[in-house]
Amino acid sequence: MDKEYAVVMKGITKRFPGVLANDHVDLFVEKGEIHAIVGENGAGKTTLMNQLYGLLHPDEGEIYIFGKKVHFKGPREAIEHGIGMVHQHFMLVDNLTVAENVVLGSETKRGFLFDLNEARKVVKELSEKYGLFVDVDAKIEDIPVGMQQRVEIIKTLYRGAEILILDEPTAVLTPQETEELFEILRKLKKSGKTIIFISHKLNEVMEISDNVTVMRLGKVTGRLRTSETNPREIARLMVGRDVVLRVEKESKEPGDVVFEVRDLWVKDNRGLDAVKGVSLKVRKGEIVGIAGVAGNGQTELVEAITGLRKVERGKIIFDGVDVTGFSPRELRDMGMAHIPEDRLKHGLIVEYPAYYNLILGKHHRFPFSENNFLNKKFILKNARDLFEEFDIRPRKPEMLGGNFSGGNQQKIVVARELSHEPKFMVVSQPTRGLDVGAIEFIHKTILKMRARNVGILLISMELEEIFSLSDRILVMYEGEIMGETRPEETTFEKVGLMMAGHRLEEVER
Amino acid sequence: MRPDSRIWSFIVPIAAVILALMIASIVILLIGKNPIVAYGALIKGAFGGRQAIADTIIKTTPLILTGLAVGFGFRAGVFNIGAEGQMIMGALIATVVGINLGGVPPVIAIPVTMLIGMLAGAGWAAIAGYLKAKTGAHEVVSTIMLNWIATYLSSYMVTEPLAVGSGTPKSPEIAESAKLPPLLTIGATEMTSGIIIAIVAAIIMYIILEKTTTGYEVKAAGFNPYAAEYGGISISKNITMSMAISGALAGLAGALEVMGVHHRFLGTLSGGKGFDGISVALIGQNHPIGIMFAAFLMASLRTGSNEMQFVGVPKHIIMIVQGIVIFLVAADRIVRTILIRKKKVGS
Repeated sequence: MDKEYAVVMKGITKRFPGVLANDHVDLFVEKGEIHAIVGENGAGKTTLMNQLYGLLHPDEGEIYIFGKKVHFKGPREAIEHGIGMVHQHFMLVDNLTVAENVVLGSETKRGFLFDLNEARKVVKELSEKYGLFVDVDAKIEDIPVGMQQRVEIIKTLYRGAEILILDEPTAVLTPQETEELFEILRKLKKSGKTIIFISHKLNEVMEISDNVTVMRLGKVTGRLRTSETNPREIARLMVGRDVVLRVEKESKEPGDVVFEVRDLWVKDNRGLDAVKGVSLKVRKGEIVGIAGVAGNGQTELVEAITGLRKVERGKIIFDGVDVTGFSPRELRDMGMAHIPEDRLKHGLIVEYPAYYNLILGKHHRFPFSENNFLNKKFILKNARDLFEEFDIRPRKPEMLGGNFSGGNQQKIVVARELSHEPKFMVVSQPTRGLDVGAIEFIHKTILKMRARNVGILLISMELEEIFSLSDRILVMYEGEIMGETRPEETTFEKVGLMMAGHRLEEVER
Repeated sequence: MRPDSRIWSFIVPIAAVILALMIASIVILLIGKNPIVAYGALIKGAFGGRQAIADTIIKTTPLILTGLAVGFGFRAGVFNIGAEGQMIMGALIATVVGINLGGVPPVIAIPVTMLIGMLAGAGWAAIAGYLKAKTGAHEVVSTIMLNWIATYLSSYMVTEPLAVGSGTPKSPEIAESAKLPPLLTIGATEMTSGIIIAIVAAIIMYIILEKTTTGYEVKAAGFNPYAAEYGGISISKNITMSMAISGALAGLAGALEVMGVHHRFLGTLSGGKGFDGISVALIGQNHPIGIMFAAFLMASLRTGSNEMQFVGVPKHIIMIVQGIVIFLVAADRIVRTILIRKKKVGS
């Protein structure tokens, strides 16, 4: 082996109570390459990176940086050794400028005083050198997410990073922003930087990486040269079996309109208009997809539709009834189901056993409740049936909701909502953070509901999901619908432009 | 052992008590006394003889109820610091009604007085619940303010309209028919039958929490209000109702003190028992059965501490014991939180 390695991790083992997060993991990252680490959620990718960055300490194993053995006590030492990490959630101060954020913690100084001009100069130089294009004087709160991410990258470069770790960097970006990020990563690579790229999006891994390390259940299941592999092989190594990457959707004539929204206005938590005059219709047996970058009013729209948020103006009509202002219980009793975007916040009570989680929303109805007493026998039977039908693992309905893996938690939510026998479903981010196997299952289930003539409103940040499931696509930007199209009539690029604020007419021109 | 296993909830408080007694024995040594002698006196004071046991049980009764009040609130996600005020209101209104039930047979007078006390406590607590549900006013602040209103209202009542005799401000005695018959009479001490009512209340609370749809909703709202609301549970309704149930238990504590122990309202009747309910609930891990044991423990320490004075050990040692127990039980939460969080980072 005469290749030069930037990072070598050997036999890394990390245990958490009851979990073996990393089991003798070996990682070899060559100097100057883009190295992808892929795996399902819970495969141990982030744990591994947190050990490299000094946030966690391995129970066993050795770490070498540029051939030198290291023991990091904390991130500070990792940074001194040239490691930089861009976290999934940005660590920026909203009301400071870009330049101020970059130097925060190791400020440029003149004497005892902070030297802002020097900071601006340094940041500008870095930004130009790597084509990062940031406005050094803009406040973080005023710049888009893509630029915020570039600020995070500059932050690591300012601290002298030679090895950059990016944890799921594309999760928050539009397709165009993702392309821009990849341009930057290529430039960084050209200038000799080493990049570790964590992802579970296979197409991105194929596009950008030189080598791939695949993890599954805390172990490395494959080390591949990207040029010599294909998405199917990676997916199989990730889940341990063959996966259908594209779902087959049978063509189907939708029925009557089951759900309609007319000129809906909704405010966000700060009291600002988040949904501005949205109108839409969903027919029986039809999936209407809403595409858009996170934070463009989708959350507020969903909450208003499901009775969780106040409607300022406009009308919601469900099954021929004006349900504007109805409570979640009234809507549920009428046959509306809701798979929420944040299963831990809305979807589950992690302190409740699975069998209790599986009746939430219909816990007051017969046979689960009789004269205000819970009927444990029916509750347990319901749980056993749903565990079987939806293959929820482990088969322990008495286990607390919080102790299931992400994929199985989502299955619990989906199982519960489908068992309501809904007429209309709001499905929000149904596969966020799930692995390929679980995604496949959830997608099939949604299509099964479509075949059963349920009207479905699908909200997703994943364009592929929107394209493969939807009959019609609406694109949302800053609380407005930019246009309506069909997956077979449009492209990722066109929808991506609409997600960035261009109207359908401009895009089609 | 898993950090969330059931046995854990029993082990921690018991270990905490043993550890607290050990730490306090060091303090006793430091002031030049023999901890074995001191604890011997403590046990004798709490359980040495029928009189001592009766005293302990009398003290246990209100602590069970205020503990249940606070514990129920915790389970529902509200922090009811106002058990003190609710207990005062329960006692005060029960007294006012009890005084006027002269011609009524006990079969009616006793339940009516009790019920009135519960309603008073419930109403008082529901004010804070309603304010939280409608305006978001935090219940910790509003219940503390309501405590002061109750305190001064009651001291006005026993110094002006209801005042009798001289010395400590007090009301007239309630009617004979509204008094709870004692369970046992030992010398001058009447052991109240209120203890039975307190135990029944604990069992009812257990049934409500574990077996009913109401309990399902209350706990859901306490664990995760977002998910509860998503599941069609009205949070504002739940907050008001939970506060009212909590207040009813504290009000019952006050009514039973009047009916079974003092037979009248005294300015010193509540004497911090509402606040002790917070400690009891904490040590009892908000579980009705745990709360009964915690109340019994606290009451034993209190009665026993008087005897300890006779061997020259100040009874405030008991406060140290109590403080350490609470600290350790609360610290266990910290330990568990850390364990659970670590697991999440790993996934």
